[in-house]
Amino acid sequence: MTKLDLPNYKDQSPEVKARFDDLKQRDVILDVKHLGKIFDSAKGPVTALEDINFQVHRREFVTVIGPSGCGKSTLIRTLAGLESATSGEVLLEGAAVSGPGPDRGMVFQGYTLFPWLTVKKNVMFGLRNQGVSAVEAESEALEWINLVGLEKFAEVYPDQLSGGMKQRVAIARALAAKPRILLMDEPFGALDAQTRSKMQAYLLEIWRHIDITILFITHDLDEAIYLADRILVLDAHPGRVSELIEVPVSRPRAPEQLLQPEFLAARQRLDELIHPPGQGDEEVGKLNMLRFAKVGEEVQPQN
Amino acid sequence: MTSAPWLAPRIALSQQRERVLTLLSFLLPLLVWAAVSYTPFIWHPNMEITEPGSVNYFQEGMQIERETFQEEYNTQLEAGGELPQGFRANPVYLPAPHEVAIAFYTSFTTEPRRRSEQWLHESLWHSIQIIFWGFTLSSILGVPLGILSGTFAAVSRLHEPFIEFFRYLPAPAFGALAVAILGIYDGPKIAIIFIGTFFQQVLVISNTTRKLDIALLEAALTLGANRRQLLFKVVIPGVLPQLYKDQRILLGWAWTYLIVAELIGTSSGITWFITQQARYQNFDNVFAAIMMIGIIGLLSDLLLARLGKRLFPWERSSNKS
Repeated sequence: MTKLDLPNYKDQSPEVKARFDDLKQRDVILDVKHLGKIFDSAKGPVTALEDINFQVHRREFVTVIGPSGCGKSTLIRTLAGLESATSGEVLLEGAAVSGPGPDRGMVFQGYTLFPWLTVKKNVMFGLRNQGVSAVEAESEALEWINLVGLEKFAEVYPDQLSGGMKQRVAIARALAAKPRILLMDEPFGALDAQTRSKMQAYLLEIWRHIDITILFITHDLDEAIYLADRILVLDAHPGRVSELIEVPVSRPRAPEQLLQPEFLAARQRLDELIHPPGQGDEEVGKLNMLRFAKVGEEVQPQN
Repeated sequence: MTSAPWLAPRIALSQQRERVLTLLSFLLPLLVWAAVSYTPFIWHPNMEITEPGSVNYFQEGMQIERETFQEEYNTQLEAGGELPQGFRANPVYLPAPHEVAIAFYTSFTTEPRRRSEQWLHESLWHSIQIIFWGFTLSSILGVPLGILSGTFAAVSRLHEPFIEFFRYLPAPAFGALAVAILGIYDGPKIAIIFIGTFFQQVLVISNTTRKLDIALLEAALTLGANRRQLLFKVVIPGVLPQLYKDQRILLGWAWTYLIVAELIGTSSGITWFITQQARYQNFDNVFAAIMMIGIIGLLSDLLLARLGKRLFPWERSSNKS
């Protein structure tokens, strides 16, 4: 198979370069310094994360990707405060964080809407925890529900919503609590492909219109590039930062860009990092001789 | 069109078949009972005497084993005396279905033999009160403790080992102790219901609470919930539907302690009625009273099940009843 003639993924058009220059000038919202996480397991201590360093700027969209077992989920759960780091520190706007809180909102992969509350009450949850009055919380919640396009479903219980709608409510609920950063752990992983691409568009629209910084975990290479300003690529066993890729694709994003050379160049680089050649290709090689056989024909070994 | 097989694994029955089988479930035991009661050649080990004849200890209306009757009959036959007569009968402790059906009505309308004794509906009401108080007191203590145990490992570790042990002590064994402490009237009875219910209750409810999807708790934490808010706004509403089902089952278990509890101290309630009627040999009333307990238990459970469906509308789609 011929390789396409692609530009270097590090080449950036002037507008993309200008965007990144502007981005790097903005405040650092999240500063992760030498973050490490070691688990105790039956077979002894397991290093899930080792010496993770990166910064996320205000209103940036960072995706995190890596091979399975690279500790993506551990990383985001540690940032959210649901796990505690064994070493290093996490600074949110300069202040060290420990333990979960509404300043780091989270959207999970599974559906975590409270089934006994309506959509509106779900979205009001974070606000009510902070002591906001019911009347105020309700009107704010309705604004967020409008933003995600679910006005007609405000009084509905979650069990009547589709997967995509549930995640939209989850996003509204997390945002209503006024987080400084939104952490998303493979939120579209359980959705079918069409709903997923709709949700990606939705998310980008929401992000364009409000002052929110997003850290988004995915295992889908296209999704990682399509959504992000920068991609944090992790290595596995132990989890380490492999590379921080600046996505050379211009904004606003559109589905046509998936076939553009810059996009494909970035994809190629991601592929190299996550699926390095020489791993697992032996399996594919053995199937090669079956490529040209028609059904019913006898297959002669080629060598 | 061939109809579906009756025994297809894990396939639900048609509504009609369901109704038929439910009916048969009650009808078949009833038919067996009727067969044993009304067909003289099935069982009927005794003879009820209509004419004592010359046998001096026979009396009209008395029941005697068939062999003994046959012996006396033969003796009279040889001796040439008047032959005793009778018909085959079941022992007095197996009344016929129609007798029990009548007893359902007459047991309520018959005046008690002594003025100090209670009417049946008074006895039943007394029993219901005992169950109510025993179960309520147990729940007031047991439900909060169960929920806290299921939420906080420290609470669990402090209470559950002892409760696991205590659970194996049979509640009736505490009868004499309960009387010594609480007297002979309602106190020890309520105490036995309590002991029989409480320890199971804490363990069952803490287990249910522990099964609550932890992702819901994590989501609440990332939305700024503190510990108190977590408990009251997430854990309790989250476990409420399953807690309700647990309570229904526990109430059923509490009922099974009723008879034993009511025998402690002075006899009271439906148990008193049953033992009293057994003394008078009115076994039709005994059968009727026992069935009444079953019917009350079943109906109240069905009612609670219905109520449960309305209280928790969001449980619709998750079909776990």
